[in-house]
Amino acid sequence: MKAEPGLVRSRLALSWLIAGEWRWHPLRFALTAVAIAVGVALGFAVHLVNGSALRSFDRAVTGVNGAAELAVRASSPLGFDELLYPRVALAAGVADASPVVRLRAQANGRRFDLLGLDVMRAANVTPSLVGQRPNGPDARGDEVFGEDALFLSREALAQLETRVGARVSVTANGRTVPLTVAGLLPAIGEGQAIGVLDIAAAQWRFGRLGRLDRIDLKLADRTAAEAALSDLLPADATLSGAEAEAQQGAGLSRAYRVNLDMLALVALLTGGFLVFSAQSLSVARRLRAFALLRTLGLPKRGIVAAVAAEGLLIGLIGSAAGLAIGYGLASLALRLFGGDLGAGYFNGASGRVAFQPAAAIVFFLLGLAAAVLGSVLPARAASRAAPAAALKNAGDVLDPRAPVPWRPALVLLVAGAGAALLPAVGGLPLFGFASMALLLAGGVAGVPWLARRLLGPLAKRPTARVPALLAVRHIHGAPGEAATALCGIVASTALMIAMATMVTSFRGAVDEWLGQVLAADLYLRVEGGPGFDPAAQAALRATPGVQEIAFSRQLPLTIKPERPPVTLIARAETGRPDALIGSVERVSSPPGTVPVWVSEPARRLYGWDPGETIRLPVSGGAARFHVAGVWRDYARQFGAVVLRAGDYQRLTGDATRDEAAVTLAPGVRGEGVGRAMLARLEPEQRRLTSFAAPRALRRFALELFDRSFAVTYVLEGVAILVGLAGVAATVSAQTMARTREFGMLRHLGVAKRQITAMLGLEGALLGLVGGVAGVLLGGALAQVLIHVINPQSFNFTMTTRVPWGTVAGVVAALVLAGAGTAVLAGRRATAKDAVLAVREDW
Amino acid sequence: MPALSPLLSVRDLAKSVPPARRLFGGLDLAVEAGELVAILGESGVGKSTLLNILAGLDDADEGEVLVEGVALGPLDEAARTRLRRERIGFVFQAFHILPYLTLRQNVALPLALVRPDARAAASRAEEMLGAVGLAGRGDGYARDLSGGELQRVAIARALVHSPALILADEPTGNLDPETAGRVLALFADAVRERGAAAVLVTHSEATAAVADRVLTLTAEGLVER
Repeated sequence: MKAEPGLVRSRLALSWLIAGEWRWHPLRFALTAVAIAVGVALGFAVHLVNGSALRSFDRAVTGVNGAAELAVRASSPLGFDELLYPRVALAAGVADASPVVRLRAQANGRRFDLLGLDVMRAANVTPSLVGQRPNGPDARGDEVFGEDALFLSREALAQLETRVGARVSVTANGRTVPLTVAGLLPAIGEGQAIGVLDIAAAQWRFGRLGRLDRIDLKLADRTAAEAALSDLLPADATLSGAEAEAQQGAGLSRAYRVNLDMLALVALLTGGFLVFSAQSLSVARRLRAFALLRTLGLPKRGIVAAVAAEGLLIGLIGSAAGLAIGYGLASLALRLFGGDLGAGYFNGASGRVAFQPAAAIVFFLLGLAAAVLGSVLPARAASRAAPAAALKNAGDVLDPRAPVPWRPALVLLVAGAGAALLPAVGGLPLFGFASMALLLAGGVAGVPWLARRLLGPLAKRPTARVPALLAVRHIHGAPGEAATALCGIVASTALMIAMATMVTSFRGAVDEWLGQVLAADLYLRVEGGPGFDPAAQAALRATPGVQEIAFSRQLPLTIKPERPPVTLIARAETGRPDALIGSVERVSSPPGTVPVWVSEPARRLYGWDPGETIRLPVSGGAARFHVAGVWRDYARQFGAVVLRAGDYQRLTGDATRDEAAVTLAPGVRGEGVGRAMLARLEPEQRRLTSFAAPRALRRFALELFDRSFAVTYVLEGVAILVGLAGVAATVSAQTMARTREFGMLRHLGVAKRQITAMLGLEGALLGLVGGVAGVLLGGALAQVLIHVINPQSFNFTMTTRVPWGTVAGVVAALVLAGAGTAVLAGRRATAKDAVLAVREDW
Repeated sequence: MPALSPLLSVRDLAKSVPPARRLFGGLDLAVEAGELVAILGESGVGKSTLLNILAGLDDADEGEVLVEGVALGPLDEAARTRLRRERIGFVFQAFHILPYLTLRQNVALPLALVRPDARAAASRAEEMLGAVGLAGRGDGYARDLSGGELQRVAIARALVHSPALILADEPTGNLDPETAGRVLALFADAVRERGAAAVLVTHSEATAAVADRVLTLTAEGLVER
C-alpha cells in the first residue's frame, strides 16, 4: 500500500482537531479514560496480589527447606523409615545428607514449622537452618545440642511473644513438650515462622521415633545422585528439588490465579468496547468534519491518525491512572482478603505488595492497545466514507432496507464453539478463554442482526402513536447504531451473566453435594495431633447417646513431587451403601484386589479410570489398588482417594483416626453428646478436637465458598457498573447528536413531550436488546465456563443452574438505565429552540 | 509566442449514475487563470457531481480533467489528495466551519495541512479574515457569527493557501439575497485579485450573474449563454 502524502506535515491540523475535540467534549474523554483505568487497575491489582502471595509463599518454602539442592521427601505425613538415611547418604553423587523431621507445631496459640535436625549434618547441607546462641559472657556453646533447646526465627519469636532464654510449651503430633528458647535462626528471612530443635529430641519427645520426613542433600554430582536415588527410594518417598516444591505451591492456586487474571482482562476488554462505543459515536458525529478535511486535502490516514491519537491519549491517561489505582487496590486487597483474595490457598501468606515493573508495562500497553484499537476501528470506517457524499448528507445515508450482515458473527461464534472443544494446554484452559473471546466478539458482532430480528415484528405492526413508531423504526432501521451503543454493555452483561451462572451452578452443586456427604448427625475432628488411637476410639464409641460411629483418617499423599498432594481417605465400612463413593461411576473389584474409589479431580489429573490397577505410595512397598469407582468431590481440587480403613491399617500399621461421623441414638441432642465425647478424651487431645453438626459444617463450607468467590462478585459488579456507565454515555451522546432531527420533528408538530417519550422508549428498547443479547451470550459463555474452563482448571464438573433473579435484575437495570439516560439527554437536546436546532449544521 | 494552456481543462467528459441514468456526456470546459465561470442547472442535473469530478473526489466514466496541465484520471488517491490540498480551494453551501476550532484555526486549516508552522498560519489567516471584513475576529467561534459571516470565513479559508482553482458549490444557497449579493461580490473580487480560476455551480441566475462566463449544464454538456 502506498503511503499517502503529508501525514506528518499535517500534524498541526491534526493537533488542532484533537485539542478542539477535547475542549468540546471533555466529559466523553474523561469517561472513556475511566473505562480504561478501571480495566487496567483491576488487571494490575489482581496480578500484583497473586505475585505478592506467590513470592511470600516461595520465601516460606525456601526458608523451611534451608535451600537444599535436592531432598528426599515423604509422600505422606506418616514419613518414611529412618533406615533409608544411611543408604541415601552413601549413594553415588551425594556429598552429604541431613535428616529432617518436620512437624506442624503450636505454641502460645500460634502455629509454626518445627524442624528436627542433626546440627552437624545441617551445618554442612543447610547452614541457614542452624541456630545461633546469643553472644555474651554467660552464653553456653553446647546449647545447640541440648534436647530441650529450641531455636526460633525472628518471625516465630515475635509471633510466639517469647524471648531467648524463656521456656515455651510446644504442641506437635498430639504431644506438648516444654522447651527453652536457646537462640535465633539468623539466616531465616522476614515473615517465616520456623523453629529448629535436635532431631533426636524431636523424634523422641514428639512421637516420631524411627521416622523421617525429609533428607536434605548436598550433591557432588546431581545426575549420578538422581540416578542412584531413583532406584533406592521406597514408594513412600520421592526425590525433588526446591523448585518442585515451589512449583507444587504455585500449582495449588495456579488455575485460580489464571482465572482471576482472565477475569481482570475481561474488565479491560469491556473498557476497550466502551472506548469503541464512545469513539464510534464521536466519529459518527464528526463525519462531516472529517469529510471536509478530506476534501481540503487531509489524507485518508489522517482521519485514522487523528482518532488513533485521541485513543492514544485516552489510553495514556487511563493506563497511568489504572496502574496507580491498581497498586492501591492491591495493597487494600492484601490487607482485607490476604494473598489469595480469600480463596484459602495460602494460609497466612499475605505479604506486602511488590511492584512488578514488567507487569506494569504489560498492563500499561494492554490499556493503550485497548484504547487505540477501540479508536482505530471506527476511524477506519469513517476514513473509507466518500467525502463528497458525507459532506452533503452526513446523516441521511442510512438505508433501513439494507440487509444486516450476519456472516462475520456466525464465523466468530462457530470458531468460538470449536475452540471450546479443544483440550487444556499445560493444565490451563487457554482454548477455553480463546473460545470465550471469540464468542464474545461474535455475540457483539451479531447484535445488529438480533436487534433487527427482535424489533422486526414491532416495526411491521401499524401504529398511530408517533413516539412508538419513531422509536421502533429508528432502532430497526439503524441496528448498527444500536450495536455501537451496546457493544460495551453486551460484553459486560454477557460476562456478568456467565460468571453469575457459573458461580450459581457451582454453589448449587456444592450445596447439593454437602447434603449428600454430611449424612451423619455429628462430626468430630482432631487437628494438629496424631489422631484418635484405638483406646480413644473405644472411649468415643462407648459415649452414651452414640448409636453408631465411623472413624476415618485423612492425610495428604504426594503422587508427583511437582503437584499438590492428593488426599488419602481411609473410611470405615458401615455395611450400608456409601452415599459418597461411586456417586459418578462404580465397578466391582475382582477378588484379591484392594479397591479404592477416586474422586473426579483425581481421575482427571492422574487418568485413573474405573477398572484400572494403580500404584499409590501408601506404605514403604509399592502398593497396588483396583479403582472400583469414581465419586463427586467439590472439597479437594487436587484429588482424593478413598480406601477401606481395614486395608489402610493393614498396609500402614496406622490405627489412628482423625475424623469421626456419629449417628446419634433417637431423641438425644447432638450438642450434649458432643460435649460428652470430648470429655472422654485426654486433656491434650481434647484441646485439639472439635465437633460440629452438619448444618454448621454446611454453613461454614458455603461461607468459605462465598469468600473464595468474593473477588469474582466484585469483578462482576465492576463489569456491570462500567457497562451501565457505557449505556448512559452512549445513549446520551447519540441523543445529543440528533438535535437537528428533533428540531425538524418539532417543526412538524411533534411535541417535546412526545420526543422525550420516543427517546425513553428507544432507550428502553436499546436496554432490552442489550439485555437479551447479553443474557443469550452470557448463557453460551457460562457453558464454556462450566463445561470447559472449570473442569480444566479445577477438575470439577457440575450441571447448569441459571440465576433467574440476577438475569431479571440485570435486564431490568439495563432497560431502566437506557430509558432514564435517554429521557434526561432528550430533555437537554429538545431544550434548544427548534428553529436554531434545524439551522445548526453541527 | 505560444498560447497559454487554460488552468482548468475538461475534455469530452461523461458521467452516468446507477441505474444507468446518464447525467451528462461530451462535456468540454476551459477556464483561464483569473476567470470566474458559473455553471447553472436544475436540481439533479449533475452540477455537484461535475464539481466533485473536477476536484478529484469522483471519477468520470469518460473524458479527462486537467488542472494546470495535470490529468486527474491517472492520479492515485494520494496524488489527488495532494493536488486538492495545495492547488484547490473550496466553498460550500453549508459553510462547514468546524465549531470546535477558532475562526482563525478554521481559516488556517489548509495551511496547517501543508506545514506545521502555527505562527505563520495564524498570521496569514488573520490577514485573510481582514480581507473578508472580519479583522480581529480570529479568536471567536462559529456560533458567534451570522450565516453571511460564516460564508465569508469559508471564502477566507478557500483562498488562504493561494490555490490555483477555486470550486464553489451553491455558495450563497443558505443566505438571504442581500447578504448573498455582498458575499458574492467579495468572492468574485477575491478570486480575480489573486488570479485564480474559479468554477461556481448554482441554480440561481442572480448568483451566476457575478461570473465572467455563464454556462448551463445539460445532458449533452455545457451550453454557453
